[in-house]
Amino acid sequence: MEYATVYLILVALFGLFMAWGVGANDVANAMGTSVGSGVLTVRQAVIVAAIFEFAGAYLAGGAVTETIRKGIVDTGFLTNSPELLVFGMLASLLAAAIWLFIASHFGWPVSTTHSIVGAIVGFAAVGIGIEAVKWGKVGSIAMSWVVSPLLAGLIAYALFRSVQRLVLDTEKPFDNAKRYVPIYMFFAGFIMTLVTLLKGLKHIGLHLTTGQSYLIAVGVGIVVAVIGALIIRRMQIDPEADRNFHYANVERVFGVLMIVTACSMAFAHGSNDVANAIGPVAAVVSVIDHGGVVGQKSQLSSWILLLGAGGIVFGLLTYGHRVMATIGKKITELTPSRGFACELAAATTVVLASGTGLPISTTHTLVGAVLGVGFARGIAALNLRMIRTIFMSWIVTLPAGAFFAILFFFIFTSIFT
Amino acid sequence: MGNYFSGIFGRSPFAPLQQHMSKVVACVSELEALFEAVIEDDALGVEEAQQRVSMLENEADDLKIALRLQMPKGLFMPVSRGDLLNVLTMQDRIANQAKDIAGIVLGRQIRLPTVLSQTFLSYLKRNVDACVQAHATVNELDELVETGFRGAEVRLVEKMLTELNTIESDTDAMEIQLRADLLRIERDLPPVDVMFLYKIIDETGELADLAQRVGGRIQLMLAR
Repeated sequence: MEYATVYLILVALFGLFMAWGVGANDVANAMGTSVGSGVLTVRQAVIVAAIFEFAGAYLAGGAVTETIRKGIVDTGFLTNSPELLVFGMLASLLAAAIWLFIASHFGWPVSTTHSIVGAIVGFAAVGIGIEAVKWGKVGSIAMSWVVSPLLAGLIAYALFRSVQRLVLDTEKPFDNAKRYVPIYMFFAGFIMTLVTLLKGLKHIGLHLTTGQSYLIAVGVGIVVAVIGALIIRRMQIDPEADRNFHYANVERVFGVLMIVTACSMAFAHGSNDVANAIGPVAAVVSVIDHGGVVGQKSQLSSWILLLGAGGIVFGLLTYGHRVMATIGKKITELTPSRGFACELAAATTVVLASGTGLPISTTHTLVGAVLGVGFARGIAALNLRMIRTIFMSWIVTLPAGAFFAILFFFIFTSIFT
Repeated sequence: MGNYFSGIFGRSPFAPLQQHMSKVVACVSELEALFEAVIEDDALGVEEAQQRVSMLENEADDLKIALRLQMPKGLFMPVSRGDLLNVLTMQDRIANQAKDIAGIVLGRQIRLPTVLSQTFLSYLKRNVDACVQAHATVNELDELVETGFRGAEVRLVEKMLTELNTIESDTDAMEIQLRADLLRIERDLPPVDVMFLYKIIDETGELADLAQRVGGRIQLMLAR
């Protein structure tokens, strides 16, 4: 293939740019709840996010990457012109990245996932042909965008109601918090590990049966719970803290839990959103590796996952921490007993989607979870108008991403052919 | 750069509501100083106390307006916006009531007959108690939000509301007694003064009624 090296360098650069954007913007939404509730400082949140975003992206980011790589465009139409897929994926990456750059500059609520999916669908439908889009798959992705906030909302509602019943609404909330918080920790450790393992870690040379996966997940859950329980056991009631607000000590216990769920959130976010940056990279690399033959079945190279994971962490370190600090200052009403429910519900939903290979919006999922806690009468005030704007924004994002992708697609086509 | 995600969290109206109520209680409490000055025939003291009542009432008004402005439609809260605004209105009427009473006392140069003075002071004290109890209940609102308006905290607040009702009944009984005492001596007093004394007793009793209505709104929040 002509210009193969040029394509490779370009796509790696664009992919890195996109991953940087994910790290600079999206991660802050995922971690802002922990910073806002005062459980983590910005510095600690950056460290947690760097480690677990990386782990999530590298260990569990494969399935969604595959969906972006070959789930949306029907490569059967491209056997004679593989370079079209290269141009399209380059265009999609650049389109989504630039659109996100513009949107975040103006503070518009735009989802990375929706941008990239819109871009790919756009270039495929216009650049190749309407029939080149796998509409069935696109339909299920669109469905998952409706289902994921709902599911997260339901889980968050159930989690928070259980917290009310087991801890907050009892006569001895502090003692009950100490008793039940480790169980939530177990659940967080268990579900994150299980989904990751069930989906397979073949790319790092780990082959496990389903039974082994369950066993390991239970093990990880127990380890997390025991460590948490040990930390919590040393906590004493501080009468001074309870003077103005009687639940201050209870919230301290939930603060420990929220460290665990913040890790889960970062892991889940990494596992789903890394694909937005490296899915197109993987598509281009696959075409080039096979000397211009499209649609080859190939194992996703580890270096691509590393590129994405590294890019996210780079974005986080260079810019994301500032966004995190701003968000943290604004989300102060969300106490740990709610924050954990939101994070755990969102993380569970996102990691499930990652396992299924569905690219969903982490922010939308988190908003759904926050609403779920709100419905349990747990949050002082939610701005419904803003929530509506966030959910409506994907209707604008899809055509915007598509428009830019089509534009760049024709520019690339005219430059290289 | 804007951050849309944090935009979904509105500012909690509960802390400002509590601040407003504590201002209202400060305002009402000044009435005690006012009537002590009345009893001691301290005209300057009466005037100063009236000014403090009026100033605190103004401050409460400012807090009320600020809170109303931060509660636009489209806020999703654990209690209905109407109930919350109702509590605010009731709280504000307590301060208005105190200002009215202080205004009449100063303007009419009210004097309390010696036989009534102690009974009236304890009657006033009990009315202030009702406001203090309503304030304590309003102060539980952040705990109620924390527990999602359920469980042990609800039982605690219900107990506090029962106490508020008891205080209000006390004031009713004291009001009847006070009126009876006044009836016995009213022939010896200038008729217009008597008229205004009845009015003062009446208006003071309103304080506990309003405090009880604040409690009633909170009861509605629990019931949802």
